[in-house]
Amino acid sequence: MAQIKVNNLQKAFGDFVAVKGSTFTVEDGEFFVMLGPSGCGKTTTLRMIAGLELPTSGEILLGGEDVTFKRAAQRDIAFVFQLFALYPHMNVRANIGFPLKCQGMPKAEIRQRVEEAARILRITELLDRKVSGLSGGDRQRVALGRAIVRKPMAFMMDEPLGALDAEFRELMCDELRALHDRLHATTVYVTHDQLEAMAMADKIAVMNHGVIEQFGTPQEIYDRPASMFVADFIGSPPMNFLNFKQALHRGDRSTRLNGIAVDVPEVHEDLSERALTLGVRPEAVRIVAEGGLRGQVFGSEYLGTTQIVTVNTDHGRVKARIGSEQRVPEGGNVGLAFRGEKVSIFDQESGRAVRTALYDGAAHG
Amino acid sequence: MAEVSLLNATKRFGDVTAVDNVSLTIADGEFVVLLGPTGAGKTTTLRLIAGLEPLDAGSVRIAGHDVSGDAPAMRDVAFVFQQYSLYPHLSVYDNMAFPLRSPTRRVPEDEIRRTIQEIARMLHIDHKLQNKATRLSGGEMQRVAIGRALVRQPSIYLMDEPLSSLDAKLRQELRLELKRIQRDLGATVLYVTHDQVEAMTMASRIGVLKEGRLVQLGTPREIYEDPAETYVATRLGQPRINLVPRGLFPDVPAPTRVETIGVRTEHLKIDRHHQGKAKVARIEHLGDHRYLHLNLDGQPIVTLADHDTDLDVGDNVALRLEQPLFFDREGQRVRA
Repeated sequence: MAQIKVNNLQKAFGDFVAVKGSTFTVEDGEFFVMLGPSGCGKTTTLRMIAGLELPTSGEILLGGEDVTFKRAAQRDIAFVFQLFALYPHMNVRANIGFPLKCQGMPKAEIRQRVEEAARILRITELLDRKVSGLSGGDRQRVALGRAIVRKPMAFMMDEPLGALDAEFRELMCDELRALHDRLHATTVYVTHDQLEAMAMADKIAVMNHGVIEQFGTPQEIYDRPASMFVADFIGSPPMNFLNFKQALHRGDRSTRLNGIAVDVPEVHEDLSERALTLGVRPEAVRIVAEGGLRGQVFGSEYLGTTQIVTVNTDHGRVKARIGSEQRVPEGGNVGLAFRGEKVSIFDQESGRAVRTALYDGAAHG
Repeated sequence: MAEVSLLNATKRFGDVTAVDNVSLTIADGEFVVLLGPTGAGKTTTLRLIAGLEPLDAGSVRIAGHDVSGDAPAMRDVAFVFQQYSLYPHLSVYDNMAFPLRSPTRRVPEDEIRRTIQEIARMLHIDHKLQNKATRLSGGEMQRVAIGRALVRQPSIYLMDEPLSSLDAKLRQELRLELKRIQRDLGATVLYVTHDQVEAMTMASRIGVLKEGRLVQLGTPREIYEDPAETYVATRLGQPRINLVPRGLFPDVPAPTRVETIGVRTEHLKIDRHHQGKAKVARIEHLGDHRYLHLNLDGQPIVTLADHDTDLDVGDNVALRLEQPLFFDREGQRVRA
């Protein structure tokens, strides 16, 4: 297994720049997820690392070796597409062993490696079965087996769970992560599903229009989104945005929305008066009878342990995630209170997060 | 709108009984959601009501009349399919007008216009009415498909996973809107999904299907808090309910028949205690919530962590149960 280093990687298709100067490092043994909407450049980046696409400029180092312009076959990487791409006429053993047979490996060694892969994936009892009779989950395990049997330096996975229904996807997420914890294989995984990314990744790169907007651990990205795009893309429901206009000064600890003082983490930069947005996660919103930012309850959605309450305010719709034991009457007039230390502030024009104690704490800690 | 019932409905495909003796009444104005995994018989149930499949036994009643022998067109139902099927050569407006222009209905054009504009506004597609149906995003096309059903006032709307092809954000928005529209119209809806969040947030009542049988019917709160069996208990709730052997908590008083204890986050009180027998194995950060993975005598238990938890991997904790759920050997609920 190996570290992957990407330096200033660029890819243009004619006039269209799909990837604009990406730089990041995936450490040896890390599960790295590239997350973003369709067309953001995540798959193109993956294909360049795998050698299926050549970059316009920049470099890619695999285990310290420059592989930027090497063929895919020379890179020792295993690619897992949308799974299920199995040879229907071969049994499980032959499917898993196929890449090794192509390499001309002796039969005895193939047998040993296939059995080892099957043990890791816990499908030993399926080895002599036909693939056509297998359940969807077992087919995926076989497809994974074909990738891990080669013991490559890294795995590339392009939306491997995209075609599955919600319940099964959740199960496979757990299984993929558990597999990673056993193999410690460097993995680059592409998805547009933020839940998959949050559940599996050691590090996430959030991409938008060919640019990496933020690179960090799932919790960092969730708690301290670097831009409004990231804040909106991550979380279900996503971060609430409340627009206001104000100047900010170093040391400020509150802002004013509609004449109401709202606590924020200590501001660490000076900004002239401009359009700003307060960003609050639904679980950092409390519903109070008296005071707070007033609004009308639009509806509540029961989720068992918690509920999501939607409140219409003068600053837009706000969603709160609260315990389901609290009764909130529909149409009722309620107040919203925010957990000040969890609040982000964004500059509306650039979309970037304003520096505050919340953000600087991260950089130094 | 009308009351719709299935009475002892059964449908077989070869050896497989897809719908097994199901009786269900959807009251006028009610939103009933059928929940179950793939193959549980959800879609077949819808198709039986619509008349797209003939019954092998039992009957379908709409507004008190037995319609079991009637052709689909005679039953006055509107069906929204999982995959939107729009007329590609027509505009959004003409797609939505199509059901109203049917020769058997003869709705005047100005009334058609008024209805479409109202429904399009509710679904946020009123600015797209003149677009060709194919020049829309997937989410917009699905809203047009829903709109084409809503322009009519049938006895019942039958919806087969109408939101499953949309992305997460749009799905979330439409969930709340669809529920609101249903209430405003006083519409009777039977809605099929395998998504527990859709079921919990939209349903007046949820019907849980298992291998063609209706195993429980109740409000989302009843189904979540008072499940009849382990199968139902595992359908709702994130993280999933922990089903642990009774012997794991010998101090908990339980009837003798109990073999399994069902433990959800709200049943579990965690105290930090250096002599506690449970250990924190992993804390999974999922953004808005954190899953606490505990290990008690080799048995994994997953629960939601408090927002301000200071627990760390390796900590010993003591677990206390508060009103957990009990199940017998067959997975049937045992009420204490």
